[in-house]
Amino acid sequence: MTDESRETIQKPEGEVKLDTSDLNLYYDSFRALYDVTVSIPAQTITALIGPSGCGKSSFLRCFNRMNDLIPTARVSGDVRLDGQNVYDRETDIPELRKRVGMVFQSPNPFPMSIYDNVAYGPRLHGTQERSVLDELVEKSLRGAALWDEVKDTLRKSAIDLSGGQQQRLSIARVLAVEPEVLLMDEPCSALDPTATFKIEELLLELKESYTIVIVTHNMYQASRVSQYSGFFLLGELIEYGPTVEIFENPEDQRTDDYVRGRFG
Amino acid sequence: MKALPRIRPRTMQALAFAGLWALAVLVIVPVLVVLGIMVAKGWGELSWEFVSSVDTGLLAPIVGTTVLVMLTAAIAAPVGVAAAVYLSEYARAGTFVRLVRLAIVNLAGVPSVVYGLFGLALFVTLLQFGRCLLAAAFTMALLVLPLVITASEEALRQVPRGLREMSFALGATRWQTVRRVVLPNALPGIITGMVLSIGRAAGETAPILFTGAFLSLTHPFPKSLLDPFVALTYRLFVDATEVPGVAEGVKWAEAVVLVALVLGLNLGAVTFRARLRRARRW
Amino acid sequence: MRSRGQRIREWVIGHVIVASGAAAIVFVALIFFFLVRDALPLLKTDSFWGVLTGSNWRPTSEPAQFGLLPLLLGSLYVTAGALVLAVPLGLGAAVFISEVAPAWVREILKPMVEVLATIPSVVFGFLGLMLIGPWLAEVLNLPVPLFAGLGSLMLAFMAVPTIVSVSEDAIRAVPMALRENSLALGATRWQTIRRVVVPAARSGIIAAVLLGLGRAIGETMTVLMVTGNAAVIPEGFDGFLRPVRTLTATIAAEMGETAYATPHYHALFTIGLVLFAITFLTNTIADIAIRRSGRMTI
Repeated sequence: MTDESRETIQKPEGEVKLDTSDLNLYYDSFRALYDVTVSIPAQTITALIGPSGCGKSSFLRCFNRMNDLIPTARVSGDVRLDGQNVYDRETDIPELRKRVGMVFQSPNPFPMSIYDNVAYGPRLHGTQERSVLDELVEKSLRGAALWDEVKDTLRKSAIDLSGGQQQRLSIARVLAVEPEVLLMDEPCSALDPTATFKIEELLLELKESYTIVIVTHNMYQASRVSQYSGFFLLGELIEYGPTVEIFENPEDQRTDDYVRGRFG
Repeated sequence: MKALPRIRPRTMQALAFAGLWALAVLVIVPVLVVLGIMVAKGWGELSWEFVSSVDTGLLAPIVGTTVLVMLTAAIAAPVGVAAAVYLSEYARAGTFVRLVRLAIVNLAGVPSVVYGLFGLALFVTLLQFGRCLLAAAFTMALLVLPLVITASEEALRQVPRGLREMSFALGATRWQTVRRVVLPNALPGIITGMVLSIGRAAGETAPILFTGAFLSLTHPFPKSLLDPFVALTYRLFVDATEVPGVAEGVKWAEAVVLVALVLGLNLGAVTFRARLRRARRW
Repeated sequence: MRSRGQRIREWVIGHVIVASGAAAIVFVALIFFFLVRDALPLLKTDSFWGVLTGSNWRPTSEPAQFGLLPLLLGSLYVTAGALVLAVPLGLGAAVFISEVAPAWVREILKPMVEVLATIPSVVFGFLGLMLIGPWLAEVLNLPVPLFAGLGSLMLAFMAVPTIVSVSEDAIRAVPMALRENSLALGATRWQTIRRVVVPAARSGIIAAVLLGLGRAIGETMTVLMVTGNAAVIPEGFDGFLRPVRTLTATIAAEMGETAYATPHYHALFTIGLVLFAITFLTNTIADIAIRRSGRMTI
């Protein structure tokens, strides 16, 4: 990354929750991320925008090491959570994923009851007592704005829920492990506008307690929901800063072109 | 109830995976060891003379089994391939198709000795073939039918839809399309299925126990389809259990020949199919 | 334009093909019909329930007794023993192949399992008779190297390939996304297998076990050669270490010597009918289970 582009990345205010320096990601010989350096502040929502296939999802998956699942993926550079490098040899990956939760594009509920879906995470990590689980399930479902709709049908299969409900269930599932960070990979792209709106409202509530990074194709969503935005193009982080600045007064011409819909 | 002390997930995983590795070894090693022992024990008796002599050798069973499986294939092929064509090209969703498929699943699951009973009742007794090659072949054909149908249907389904659509677009009828486009392209896969069925038929004993297999020194070769015959599997069975005084090495050699035959057929079919898949022109 | 002759030919051929499909149904019905036809004469004189629960199988004594209970229990013991060995082995191997094994191990294990599937049953019987039986008899200090447990052991290796291949299909059908979601919540791979993948593949696994069961119960030559062929009622765990006789072995051993249309003949066909009914049941249920296993995600 050149000195010039380094200046376009403004230092955000507040405590830094996630940061990377010179992060490169390779799939075999294909370079998916180029020297990405960024600091993401705590308890904010950061939107990652940019054309399809530009590395936004790959970047997101570095934070909880989901890229490890791809045999050809290789990472160089640092990725830190609260200052600790997550690619350290001693990192306990399941523990990392507990702290850094992820919501995927398609809901994919487990073929179990709603209750068991939400209780899955806590049970993994050792919670067995019924009363504790009951409380945690209710708290998570409330946190995902789903409790009122399902509180009487917790035993029903999660597969019977609507798309929007399933996505909120996915969020509840993640909240149940009590993470610090929420990574969201285009969480609304498979949903209708009403369901999308509900989730966007939910995100604004959640940001009080969590640090959220959301990949989105929808620029309206990005401007509505996020405080900070990062613009990715062909694996490079072109610009990162307060959303208002990125959308109204970007430093880089390419950013300007993108947000005004001139390409991608 | 007090909870059991919790094992860390990482440790649990290590234990579980170690157990699975052990299981895999438990499956592979005995097979290899036993096959090895089998070859070692039968090696001494194996010779061209053994295979080709009539009295104490295996010529008669080999000939008998060969004729049996050829007949079996000849009987099973038309019905099996036609049924596969039905399933792949003509069938429309509905109860009838579901019943046909259920019937095939059940045919595949009928015990081989029950096929023997059926063959006895229908071919040997009612149709009065008597205990002979013909009765045994018909019985065996029914047993391998599900295999032929399944393999042929898979081969037919591998033919891309586009080829059929192109044929229809040119005005061909369904049968014309099947005969000129689909079947020729599916033929290698169908042949593979036939070879697998032949392999299966060569290894079965129960269906021929009372429909035509026998042991004879005076008439080792069947002179007509209505004569009984000597089969490799039956020969191994009686030599191992009923006939006294057979040298141990001979018995092992018979087992080796049978396994080699069946494995060879199956291996041939599978390799042929793999090569097919790689050489596909689409 | 198509000629009339051509259209008739098309019509005829089409119907012949559909008839070939129907042939499968016809054959199943035929088998059932002939079994009933030649079993019925016995069931006219003895009640079906009486035959089923009679505790003596003595076809050659005077008067002949055709109680199936020893044979049913013989089959039950041998099959149950086989499943106890084959299900953990087969399911474990399937999980191992789909989720844990590195590629090079898969390349070895899968062909091995297929080889196992093609070995003729008479060879399994032979191996049990000549090799494994005597060895076990020595190790366990048994009087006779032919016993139910030996049948279970040999049958287990025969049922494993069926269980492995059907289970493996079911496990591979579980969508990748479910595994990803589980891992993203902080699960280890083993936790994911145990809590998500295997439960999700439940229907297919049940089908695999049922098909393995059908295979074991219907097996003839192996049990004929290694289980000792004594039509006694097995009892307790000891029953595994003593000779028994299965339904299938009875038919195979006695039909050759039995004259047509005698009570003994009809009794053997009755056994055939019982076997047919059992495997029909297990196969149909297994088929239903396999169809259900597609209903896993939206």
